[in-house]
Parts: sequence; C-alpha cells; structure tokens
Amino acid sequence: MPVVTHEQGTRVWMRRTRAGDLVAWLGWLIGVALTVLCFQFISDRTIWGFVWDAPAQAADLLERSVPPRWSYAHELWRAMWDTLNIATLGTVLAIATAVPVAFLAAYNTTPSALLVRPVALFVIVASRSVNSLIWALILVIIFGPGMLAGILAIALRSIGFIGKLLYEAIEEIDPTQVEAVTATGAGRAQVLAWGIVPQVMPAFAGISVFRWDINIREATVLGLVGAGGIGMQLQASINTLAWPQVSMILILILGTVVVSEWLSARVRHAII
Amino acid sequence: MDARAAALAWRPPPLIEAAWLRWAVYGGALLYLVLALGTLEVNWQRAAEGIERGGRFLAAFFPPDFASHWREIEEGLLESLTMTVTSTVFGVILSVPVALGAARNLAPLPVYLFCRAVIAISRTFQEVIIAILFVAMFGFGPLAGMITLAFATIGFMAKLLAEDIEDIERSQAEAVRATGASWFQLLAWGIQPQVLPRFIGLSAYRFDINFRESAVLGLVGAGGIGDTLNNALDRYEFGTAAAVLLIIIAIVLACEYASGFIRRAVQ
Repeated sequence: MPVVTHEQGTRVWMRRTRAGDLVAWLGWLIGVALTVLCFQFISDRTIWGFVWDAPAQAADLLERSVPPRWSYAHELWRAMWDTLNIATLGTVLAIATAVPVAFLAAYNTTPSALLVRPVALFVIVASRSVNSLIWALILVIIFGPGMLAGILAIALRSIGFIGKLLYEAIEEIDPTQVEAVTATGAGRAQVLAWGIVPQVMPAFAGISVFRWDINIREATVLGLVGAGGIGMQLQASINTLAWPQVSMILILILGTVVVSEWLSARVRHAII
Repeated sequence: MDARAAALAWRPPPLIEAAWLRWAVYGGALLYLVLALGTLEVNWQRAAEGIERGGRFLAAFFPPDFASHWREIEEGLLESLTMTVTSTVFGVILSVPVALGAARNLAPLPVYLFCRAVIAISRTFQEVIIAILFVAMFGFGPLAGMITLAFATIGFMAKLLAEDIEDIERSQAEAVRATGASWFQLLAWGIQPQVLPRFIGLSAYRFDINFRESAVLGLVGAGGIGDTLNNALDRYEFGTAAAVLLIIIAIVLACEYASGFIRRAVQ
C-alpha cells in the first residue's frame, strides 16, 4: 500500500505510488492534449458566425415547424408501411442468411475450423463494419432507388449482427447436453436438432426481435439516400423547407419507434 | 402403447406454450408476409440492369484506387477521426451528471424524471436525423457532426451507467455514508470505485460506435469520410469508393479490437 512518511513520523495513506501518480498525470496530459488538438482541427473547419447564430436559428426552426401539418399524415401511412416492410423483410432475409453462417462460425459446430470458420467470421465482420446507410448508398447505385435496395441494405448489415451474437450463443452452450444426445447414437444432424438448437432458441428469438427493433430505426433514414420508406418524404420535405411536414414526420417516427421498442421489450421479456 | 412408440411420438415442448397464441402468431406472420410482399414495388428490369454495374463496383476492389483522390480521402478521414475523439470526450463528460440524475438511488424524483426524459429523447432518433437538425442550426461541417455524436453519446452512456449505479453494492455506499461523508464524498469513495471499470468499458465501446456513425454523417452535410464516399459514388469513381470502404473497414476493425482489449483489461 502506498504510504508517505512525514518528517514528524506520521504515516499517511496515499492512493497511488509516486510513479503511479506520474503515469496517471501523463495519461491525462496526453488525453487532454489530443482532445484539444482534435477540437482545434474541427474548429478550423467551422464558420463560427453560423454557430453563434445557432440559438436564433433553432428558435426560427421551431417556430416554422410548429404546429405540425396534421393533414399531411395521410400521405405518410403508405411510406410508413413501406418503412415497416423494409425493416421486417430485411430482418427475415438476414435471419435466413445469418443462421447458417453462425453455425459455420461457431467452433463447436463448424465443419472445418481451418477452412470454413475464417470465411464465416469474415462474412460477419465485413457485414458489421459497414453501416446500413452506406450499404444502401451502394445498393441504390446498383439496383436503382426503391425498396429493394433498402431491404437488402438492412439485411446485409443485420447478417453480421445476428450472426455474431448467435455464434457466441452457440459457443456458450452446455456441452453435457450435446454429449448426452451423442451418447444415444445420434448423427450430426440429430445432435444439432436435439442437443444444440433447443439451447440457443431463446437467445436466437431475443436477438432477432432486438435487431428488428433496431432495423425500424435504421429504416426510417434509408430514404435519405433513395432506398425507400419514410426517409424519402423526410428528404423531400427538408429540400423544400417544408418544416411543418418535417415535424409531422418526426412525430410519426417517434411514435413508431416507441411502439416497436415496447413490443420488442415485451417479447424479449416473455422469452427470457 | 409400448415404450418405443411413446418415445417416437414424443415431441419437444414448443417455444410458445399456448396453442391458440402459437397458431395466431403463425397465421399473423403468414398474413403479414402476403400483404407485405403484395405491396412491395420492385422494378426488376432496373435491378437486372444494375447487375452489370454491381460487377464493375466489385471489380473496382481489385485494385482499389487510393492515389487519385488521396487529398479528399485524407481530409474526410481526419474529420471523422477528430469528430470521433472530441464527441466521445464531450459526450462522456456530459453523460456523467445525467447518469447520476437518472439513478433512482441517488436522485430525487423530479431530477430523475428530467434526466430520464433527456435520455429517451437522445436515444429515440437515428443519429442521421439529429444531424439534419444540427446541420440546419450550426451550418455544414464537422462541428455539427461532433455535436450530434456527443448528443447521442449522452443518451447511450447515461442510460447504461445509470443502470449500473442502480445495481451497486449498497453496503459499501452505506459504510462510506456512516463515516459522515458528504454527497460528493459518497460519490467519490462509495460509488465511483464500483462503477469505474464498466464506465471505462462503455466509453471505449462508444468510441467504437461513434467512429462507425461518423462515417455516415457526411451524407447529410455533417462532415467526415461519408462525404468523400458519397462524392466518389456520385461520380461513379468506384475505385476511390472501394478505397474509402476498405479504409473504413480497417479502422472499424482496429477500433473494435482496441475497445475489446480495453474492456477485457478493466473488467
């Protein structure tokens, strides 16, 4: 324990040794310096006149967007339905792809740890590291604007998410159950169906519903790059500076997100 | 019935126990799928034409073109990285008071409700939507992106940290309080040591998320590498786009490994 002895001989407890103090101080110094440097960089690229004007701008924006244009809501139901479909169909597609990938990636179910597992892990990593909006940007160029690009973008991003959590769940199963099923003389497929699947089923259902909830949030902005859904209306309203419509859309998104979050929490609570 | 027939007839219990609910869920899912696929508008002809363009895009990865627009890539990358660092630092600092207020065992009810409302607002909207509003307020550039990410960080960190504070070992806090400690001393010696490892872990994780998000904020004018990527794709410069994507993936992987390492080290 670090202790400092004073001249009078009284010993006082210290939190760190002197070297520890120095290291902590150096760490803080580097951290603060880095932050200041980074902020300096951003500050150089900022027109501060606009920033000082921000409170006035915010007040102006609020004034223009209140009251929301309630009558605009009927033009939005169709877009909202499309948004829900993009999220749901994208999730379904992702589940269908991610389940086999997860079984190939988990070390206890993969057919070949040397050849297949790295490929499956690469698929998961590649899918996870690209944001769904970027996937959408690329897919819109390939398939043209519309819901197909949105569904595929959601699916491509979700494969990594579901695949990663599912393969971790598979690796954490209780091996004794698998051993018991194997001991009855079951084949590989039977071990999978009776020893492994029942154990990961609750985790799998929870992960899927959780991702669906996230996907609804993501699907609301895909339209900004032309991939369908309510984001297209949002983009159009912003481009024409129709702020009452923007606030109407934001209210609708808020309601949908709250409902989907509540639903997903209920389902996950019921399963686990 | 003999034992063999009984064993063969046995089926595992289904995930949803009540039969009517199970069938209602299956039926509802089927009905939804029919309805959703029925209203799906897909221009298959356009999609088929796009395959060729997709092939060109994939071909652009071999080899990607780092050189011809390196200046733009470098600028976007620096913007993204600086945005990530500053937004994480500011967001984490600001999230601490919000988290303290949102922990029911520390804050009185009015403060608790206010802080929970802040968290809910910050978490509901996608970062990109918040960025649109901040760009309208603060003008184009990385500052709007930084403020967006800091705002999103507050909701994320405060929620998880508040839950952690609510789950602390009470006896330690009580022991500190019994020595006559003030509220701030209680925080420093009774609570901070218990939540610090998770706090550091969450901050590292959020750093990782902030970089990923900073890569898309450029699409709405909030600066960063997303802007470079968008420009490259708009001009059909697939080689540059491929280079940007590879750089993003590499940095995301590096961040993920670093944040995983930090989280394992402190826990």
